[in-house]
Amino acid sequence: MRYLPKSPSERQEMLAAIGTRSIEELFTSIPEKFRLRAPLDLPGPLSEAEIIQYFQTRAAENSRGYVSFLGAGVYQHLRSVAADALLQRGEFLTSYTPYQAEFAQGTLTAIFEFQTLMCQITGQEVANASMYDGSTALTEAVLMAERLTSRRHVLVARSVHPEYRQVLHTYAKNLGLEIEEIGYTASGQIDRAALKPDTLARAAAVVVQSPNFFGVLEEIPALAETAHASGALLVSAITEAVSLGIVRPPAEADIVAMEGQAFGIPPSYGGPYVGVIATREKFVRQMPGRLAGQTTDAAGNRGFVLTLATREQHIRREKATSNICTNEALYALAATIHLCLIGKEGLREQALQNLAKARFAQSELEKIPGVRRVFSGPTFNEFSLEFPRSVKMINAELLKEKIIGPFALGMQYPEHTKRAVICVTETTPRAEIERFAAAVRRILERPV
Amino acid sequence: MNPKLTDLEAPAKNVGKARAHVSQNEGLIFEQSAPGKRGMELPPLDVPAVDPAKALGSEFTRDAIEGFPEVSEIEVIRHFTRLSTWNYAIDLGMYPLGSCTMKYNPRVNEFVARLDGLASEHPEQPAEVSQGCLRILHDLQKCLLSITGMDAATLQPAAGAQGELTGLLMIRAYLESQGNPRHKVLIPDSAHGTNPASVVIAGYEVQNIKSNSRGQIDTDHLREFVTGDVAALMLTNPSTLGVFEERIAEIAAILHERGALLYMDGANMNALAGVTRPGDFGVDVMHLNLHKTFSTPHGGGGPGAGPVLAKKILEPFLPIPVVVQKPDGTYTLDHNRPKSVGRVRAFAGNFGVLLRALAYTLAYGPGIRQATEDAVLNANYIRKNLEPYFDLPYNLPSMHEVVFSDARQKVRGVNTMDIAKRLIDYGFHPYTTAFPLIVPGAMMIEPTESESKQECDLFIDAMRSIAAEADATPDLVKTAPHATRVGRLDEVAAARKPILRWKSA
Repeated sequence: MRYLPKSPSERQEMLAAIGTRSIEELFTSIPEKFRLRAPLDLPGPLSEAEIIQYFQTRAAENSRGYVSFLGAGVYQHLRSVAADALLQRGEFLTSYTPYQAEFAQGTLTAIFEFQTLMCQITGQEVANASMYDGSTALTEAVLMAERLTSRRHVLVARSVHPEYRQVLHTYAKNLGLEIEEIGYTASGQIDRAALKPDTLARAAAVVVQSPNFFGVLEEIPALAETAHASGALLVSAITEAVSLGIVRPPAEADIVAMEGQAFGIPPSYGGPYVGVIATREKFVRQMPGRLAGQTTDAAGNRGFVLTLATREQHIRREKATSNICTNEALYALAATIHLCLIGKEGLREQALQNLAKARFAQSELEKIPGVRRVFSGPTFNEFSLEFPRSVKMINAELLKEKIIGPFALGMQYPEHTKRAVICVTETTPRAEIERFAAAVRRILERPV
Repeated sequence: MNPKLTDLEAPAKNVGKARAHVSQNEGLIFEQSAPGKRGMELPPLDVPAVDPAKALGSEFTRDAIEGFPEVSEIEVIRHFTRLSTWNYAIDLGMYPLGSCTMKYNPRVNEFVARLDGLASEHPEQPAEVSQGCLRILHDLQKCLLSITGMDAATLQPAAGAQGELTGLLMIRAYLESQGNPRHKVLIPDSAHGTNPASVVIAGYEVQNIKSNSRGQIDTDHLREFVTGDVAALMLTNPSTLGVFEERIAEIAAILHERGALLYMDGANMNALAGVTRPGDFGVDVMHLNLHKTFSTPHGGGGPGAGPVLAKKILEPFLPIPVVVQKPDGTYTLDHNRPKSVGRVRAFAGNFGVLLRALAYTLAYGPGIRQATEDAVLNANYIRKNLEPYFDLPYNLPSMHEVVFSDARQKVRGVNTMDIAKRLIDYGFHPYTTAFPLIVPGAMMIEPTESESKQECDLFIDAMRSIAAEADATPDLVKTAPHATRVGRLDEVAAARKPILRWKSA
């Protein structure tokens, strides 16, 4: 087997050195009746060429050659060859968690840079070394708010990503956290009138997402003011991180939970991505996840170490701030490299292109009779439209033309049948936007 | 200024398999930034430009981000390449971290994960155009069920700790459906820290139980603890001492008699794959760490994936969605599962990690047993060769890892961390220090199957040499490492006045 570096005679030599005659002797601590006699029922072994063949066949069964107008928490953005080449350096790829700092300064330095970039982008003071993804980052942010306020009530906007809310419910259920969902107004923004002072006074946090699931930007400064007036924290989720190239960061929020997939990480059918928690300096000791910090050695050389570990499970066990151990370090590195490449001007230009293309798509679609905008609030690269016929039917027809249609809202929001969230990024060519709009028009013109 | 010959040091000397060489200095990327530089260009905008202040309202917009990097492509390449050379990695040599299973990460897995049609797929796209992704997930489930001898699987948990939580939530939901979720989960003192932390999030109370003098579960003791209020025992098998729980069947029986379940932390599955199956020895639910046993790259701390495998009784409680094959042979995501514990993560899990694990499993097929045998062979070979030099606190048959202690070196003032740091000078990553907690001064060594006899011999030579140094020149060991870019870093200062981000001067 090509991954195993031993010859049969070396195995014999090693067994002899140990003083055993056969490999079976090394497994005698396993009760005999539990030792497998027959080989496992598994496909393979496959050579490298056969493995590639298997996965190429699977890839051909997916959506190659389709254009997609799906966003809903995962975005198709530009990626660079240079970033992926660096990511595949074995010194990064095959390195362990940097607990042995002297032998892991590369990873630690990059984490420190990642933390800095995340602070700059979110307008917060401190960011951690990564969480699993945006959904678990949001849940952990809420648990953090509970620890900071000692309150157990949480007010969550219904315009937060439905799957993020589902994850929050799963975690909250057994921790005695009460989750109250708050509706939205005609603007698509959270209904601030529903945030009553008596409820807020019991609330650990108000939780919003911006841009929210409908694509609409929330008014973070005003929400922060409302929450803070009653001693609640504001937790702000971000699923489309590229928006922060032009959108005002949630600096007034107390905790930001972000999905960093938009920063050069492929959609890859749901992961791995990179979750981020960013917050105020004074809250750092209640933060979950690893943190890299700057320090020096005896000779005064600058170096980086994992720090404030007394928050973490390997030290505190059941008293830890979270059970998280493994994080998404490699994809934090991917985001870091990507952001260094795209840089200050590039990120802004990318965000502007998203805005312009989404506006173009919106105006093309709104020209179709019966298609209208649902919400009046400001949007970035996603927007909600209402169609005169079912989105399910439209999407089924679009699929025949190799177009993956927008996210249908009806399943998650029963009040929004015939409505969908359309996403357009800098990677969607104008010609495809026009083809999409033409196809929708044709489908809607067909007799019922 | 030209250096004088006398300023130049003599060529570095060999220390075991290593010799120091030049490494490049490199500042932070922010320190190289200058206005107007960029490392990536976008294709020109092909639709009319939009003024963001007009489109969004000026209260919703920001200016360019202050202090954000402005560097060229070559500078980015050099920056991260230089950084990378400051790391140790499996690609450079043995990584004997006990409990971490740092094995070779096959390159073909990286290649297939990047294929167009896999990396490009959106998790919300319709099943009709996701059959390839769904088949990959389904095939991996089948493989993992076969390897573990369990009945049902979820691939959603993002890492081992989330797998633990998922398994506990399933136990809780099952017991609730029986009428009483119970209050306590038992955890041996040798367990990973994630176990008790996960128990708390599942809404249970942790009850720690002491290991016996053999580092194993004391079954008489266990009998006293397993009351009607105990939901489960979380057991790592082989234990963190690298020893198989010989009375595993009895342990399972004690729990089952009282309606409690057996959770197995599968972190050490690399000792078992192809040799024995948890499903056969009484485990009700377990997780696997795909970034350990199944070779997906650790990437400096993640990503991982923590699939959960369960017996039939727990199947209704799996997180949504579940990948299923329909009677017509096609695959779909089943969301309609009323008894489900819910969702633990958005979307279908760390797909890119999962597909690498499948590529690994396909490469071995039933031959995965050979990997397990080689891993156990390496651990026992190292144990045999180091036993004369280091204290072995539990003299029990080792499986994939061996735990020594620093007891003999301690008399000279040299502790496990010193020895670990000195290994760096010999060109090896340290073993795991100070874990498991039941061994004071633990030195936990797990070579995995990826090491040749030669690499094992070099490691043994290094450890023996350090043992001799600890005797003759203890200060040399206590001040190690000596050949790295930075010496021991001041962790106390880092924690006392945390500097967690770069700021412009």
